[in-house]
Parts: sequence; C-alpha cells; structure tokens
Amino acid sequence: MELHQQILQYLLSGFSTGAIYALIGFGFAIIYNATTIINFAQGEFVMLGGMLSYFFLSVVHLPLPAAVVLAVLATTAVGIAFERLAIRPLKNATPLSLVIITIGGSILIRGLTMLIWGKDTHALPSFSGSEPIDIGGATILPQNLWIFGITIVIIVVNKLFFNYSITGKAMRACATNRRAASLVGIDVRRMVLFSFVISSAMGSMAGIIIAPLTMTAYDVGIMLGLKGFCAAIIGGLSSGFGTVLGGLLLGVLESLGAGLISSGYKDAIAFVILLLILFIRPQGLFKKADSERV
Amino acid sequence: MMTKRLRLLSAVLMVLFCCNAALAASTIKIGALFSVTGPAAFLGEPERNTAQMLVNEINKAGGVKGQKLELVAYDTGGDATKAVQLATKLIKDDKVAAIIGPSTTGESMAVIPVAEKDQVPLISCAAGIKITEPVKKWVFKTAQNDTLAVARIFEYLQKHKVSKVAILTVSDGFGASGREQLKAQAGKYGIQILIDDTFGPKDTDMTAQLTKIRGSQAQAIICWGTNPGPAIVAKNARQLGIKIPLYMSHGVSSKKFIELAGNAAEGIRLPSGKVIVADLLPKSDPQRKSLMAFVQDYQKHYKVEGDHFGGHAWDAVMLLKGAIERGGTTPATIRDQLEKTKNYHGIGGTFTYSPADHAGLTKDAFVLVEVKNKDWVLVK
Repeated sequence: MELHQQILQYLLSGFSTGAIYALIGFGFAIIYNATTIINFAQGEFVMLGGMLSYFFLSVVHLPLPAAVVLAVLATTAVGIAFERLAIRPLKNATPLSLVIITIGGSILIRGLTMLIWGKDTHALPSFSGSEPIDIGGATILPQNLWIFGITIVIIVVNKLFFNYSITGKAMRACATNRRAASLVGIDVRRMVLFSFVISSAMGSMAGIIIAPLTMTAYDVGIMLGLKGFCAAIIGGLSSGFGTVLGGLLLGVLESLGAGLISSGYKDAIAFVILLLILFIRPQGLFKKADSERV
Repeated sequence: MMTKRLRLLSAVLMVLFCCNAALAASTIKIGALFSVTGPAAFLGEPERNTAQMLVNEINKAGGVKGQKLELVAYDTGGDATKAVQLATKLIKDDKVAAIIGPSTTGESMAVIPVAEKDQVPLISCAAGIKITEPVKKWVFKTAQNDTLAVARIFEYLQKHKVSKVAILTVSDGFGASGREQLKAQAGKYGIQILIDDTFGPKDTDMTAQLTKIRGSQAQAIICWGTNPGPAIVAKNARQLGIKIPLYMSHGVSSKKFIELAGNAAEGIRLPSGKVIVADLLPKSDPQRKSLMAFVQDYQKHYKVEGDHFGGHAWDAVMLLKGAIERGGTTPATIRDQLEKTKNYHGIGGTFTYSPADHAGLTKDAFVLVEVKNKDWVLVK
C-alpha cells in the first residue's frame, strides 16, 4: 500500500473521530459561555446517548429512529434535571465549587447507569449498512458519513440559532456580560437552563452516532469527555468554528501519531496538546486574547 | 413485657449460637477473594456465583467426607491493597483452611506473600504466569497461562506455513503479558513479528494501526485484548478490507464478542478454553462431563451461560474438595494433597499438579475455535 493512501486513511479516520470530539467540545463551550463553568458531566451525556439508544432499541424493541429521538430527549431531560437540582439551587457559588459539583454529578450518573444497565459493553447497529466505501484507496464506513453529515448539520443549526434567533442572541449576551444581560431584561437563569438543554442534546447525539463504530458502555464518557474538553480548549472555548477546528485537529493528530509514530502515544498526544495550549495560548489557537467568546 | 420478650429472644439466640458453634466444628471454612465490583467485575462476579453455587451443592449432597464446607467470600473491588487486607482477615479472623482467588494477576501477586507467610494454601483464579512461576510452596492456580494460548496459535500458524505476523495488543496487564509471550515464543515456531503495535483499553478507533499493518507484508494479525477493543479491531479490519486472517486471544472467547463485532467476527480464530464449545466436543473428551455439569448448572441458577471465569472458581473448589477427600483437613495437609492432584478433568483443562508445577495444565487446555454464522466451530 502506498504511503499517500495510508496518509489519506489516517486523515479520514482522524476527521471522523475529530468530528465527535468537536460535537462534545461544543457542549463544553456552550455551557461555559452561559455559566463560566466547565461541565465535566458532558462526557456522561455522551455515554447516556449511546446507552439509552441501546436500551430503547434492544430492550424496549423500538425502531432505530424512534430509539434515537427518545434517547436524545431522555438525555436532555437528565441535562435539565442536572441543572435544576445541582446547579441552580446554589446561589452565589464560586465557579470552582460548581465545577466540582459537575464532577460529582458525572460520577453519580455513571454509577446509576452501571447499576441499572450493568457493566457490559453494548453494540448498536449501523444506521445504514456496514459495507465499506472506497475513497482513493482509503476506506470509510457509511456510519462515518452519518457522523460527518450530522455533525455539519448540528453545527450549522447552532450557528444559525446563536446568530439569528432572539434566544440565541440572548444567550450570547449572557456570555458577553451576565449582569448587563440581566439589566436589559434577559432571564439569565433561563439561558443557563437552555445551555444545558442544548449541550446535553448535542452530547447525546455525539454518543449515538459514534456508538455503532465504537460500542458503548457505562464508562465510555470519561475519555470522550476529556477529549472533547481538549477540543474545546484548543478552540478557546468558543462555540464557533474554533472548537470544530480544535476537534478535527485533535482527531487528525491522534490518528497520524498512532499510524506514523506509535499508537502508544495516541492519548499522550491529546494531553500534551492540551497542556501546551493551556501554557502558551490559554485563549485558544484560533483567536486573539480577550475577544468575545461566541 | 418487653424485657420478658427480650430475655426469651436472647435465650433463643444463645441456643442458636451454641448450635452454630457445635455445627462449626464439623465445617471446613474456605475463604474467597473475588473482584465482584470494579473494573474486573466481569471476572469476579461469575467466579463468586460459581463458587457459592458449587459449595451449596456439595453441602446438599452431604459435604465432603461428612464435613460441610463454608464459603466466606469477600469483594476486593479489584484493588490489590484491599485484597491483601481481606486475605489477612480471612486467615486471622475467619480462620479459613484455604483461599480461592483473587480474580486478577495484580491482586494475586499482592496476596501471595500473605499466604506464604501465614502458610495457607491459595488457589488463584488469575491467568498471569508469574503467579506460579517460579513455584511458590502455598500457591496454585486454575486459569490457563497465556503461554499455552500463544502456543496454540503459533502451532497452527506453523502448520499452515505462516511465518510473518503482525501483533496488536492492548496496553493493559493482559495485553502486555500476551505481547511478552508472543514475542518470546515466536522464534521457536519460526515466526517473524513484522509489526508490533498496541492500542489503549478505551480507544475507539484502531484504523491507524491496521492501516499500517495493511501496508506491511504480514500474513496474519494476532490481536491480544479483552472486550471491547478487539471487537473494534475486527470491525476496523473489515472496514479496511484486510484479507489476511485475524487471530484473537482467549480474552474474547465469549458470545459477547460475537455480539459486539457482529458480521466482522466471521472467520476470526482464537484459542479458547473448552467451556464455550462444551456441546461440540467429542464424547471421548475427558473434560466433557465436568463441562456439561458446570454449563447446565450455571444456566439453571443464574439464567446466563457459564463462562471460563466461573470455570476457574469451579476448578478451584473441586480441587480443594479433592484434596479434602484425600485426607486434607488443616491448611498444611490440604496443601500437600493439592500438590498430589492427578488428572482432575476440570473446566479449564486436565490438572496434574506436582512440586515443580503449580499451574497444572498443558496446551491441550485450549482448543482453536472459529466464528461461523455467529457461533463457534472447532478448528481441526
């Protein structure tokens, strides 16, 4: 096999994983912008998406589309409950204690999932067949196309929502300055709730579209969450294209690193990038310091 | 009124307690350390279930030489420190005659010094070769060594004139041990390892490693890991259109692997203990009787198929039973009798212990199986 074909394969694999990282990173960014906290339960939303669609599909025996929709709705409900029960009741809490609460929440969600559905790994069927598609000597699966397609749709819809709808604009206003936003009559707390709704729905979608390729279990959220967090940090925690580029960059570097250097360094690559960014460019790779966050 | 009732109650309790103490004189206590929760729960849970089921049955059938067995089982949570504390507790507080477990190699290695110092026989249910090599006086094991599984694959490859392979191992204890054995034994079978790559236990995409392998001259891929990694490897290999045969380890020899890998599992070969193919074995196989008994029993009690891991605990209890039948009563005599075990046809294989061998199995413990139509078939 020619080297350029190999590289093409690494790139395609990298983009596919990167798209998932981007979706998860997006969730981090949206909540960060509304609340200035990092929601470490984001990875659990991803896990819940996969596990719940497995549940609705294989235990309740619903058709796949219905299972997917229900899984997203159920995860969103969990996101709302999380915000209502764990974030909102705390008045004047420091961001640090809120972050720790999200870590606690993530452990709780993971533990409950384990108790309810056990510790087994589960497979989800592909959305449309599993015959590989040949692209210039490299191959991808139809599921990879679903991942690309759904990621693009979600990101475009988000962009439109934040730029053109009143609610989206209100959320951006909160991101820029919470006090000023509430002075002009924006219900900040509602916007925080919205941010949890959007990011839990998005996270669960990421968990669902990746599950046919990678399978799902109660503990898949930790690693995916951390990688998504890396993507968001590379993108400077913006909910714009920075996070998307961050995710793709991370996915491609991991894949190239595993293929050309050694797979032992795969996770190390992600976390070295994370550390470098935090040290050298804490505002993210793609923007100037102190620009607006959305 | 209240005090009267209390007095009555305490009197009853006293009587019960005395009876218990009287009964206890004729019971033999067996300690068990299994990681029923935590990351190795997939080992510990079936092990605990099997041990409890078997001990209950032995007692129902009258015990061993008129003595009842009592299982004192603790959950280590897969934590070596906890395993050591619980082992001490079993020996000092519960005063057990022997200990079964722990489930993992790491915990076993940690508990071994305790068993050696306090001179209590330990039958580990973990696979690591270090547990019984070099031989330790008080330590035995029931799980098959990785060495034997590796030998099974290499022997088959050699027979089919395959000399260049790529290995892909998971970067945890199981994979590292497999990798070590694969590399150590390759030369003996005239096999050259062209690519030696790894993947993380939580990795979600192995196409990069497989692309590298696809670009090499390898004639076969050997992947060493436990679910779900190998299932992803199988799927990725199919996606990449890799035509060379894929071999897996005994770490995935359960229906779960076929379920996870789906169509991608077809044609994959792996060495496996005989539990999963119990019904396919020829009538002449000496293990068949034990295997069928275990599989059916487990199915009846727990509504799921018995697996290898439960089998390790089954063998441990049966080996102890054998030792007690032959006259073992104290830790020291049980140990001596264990070492004299000959041709016990168990679940993991046919055990013959000796002063120089506390693992007791040969490579006949493994059969090579292939996935066909979502089920196992024996490879001749």
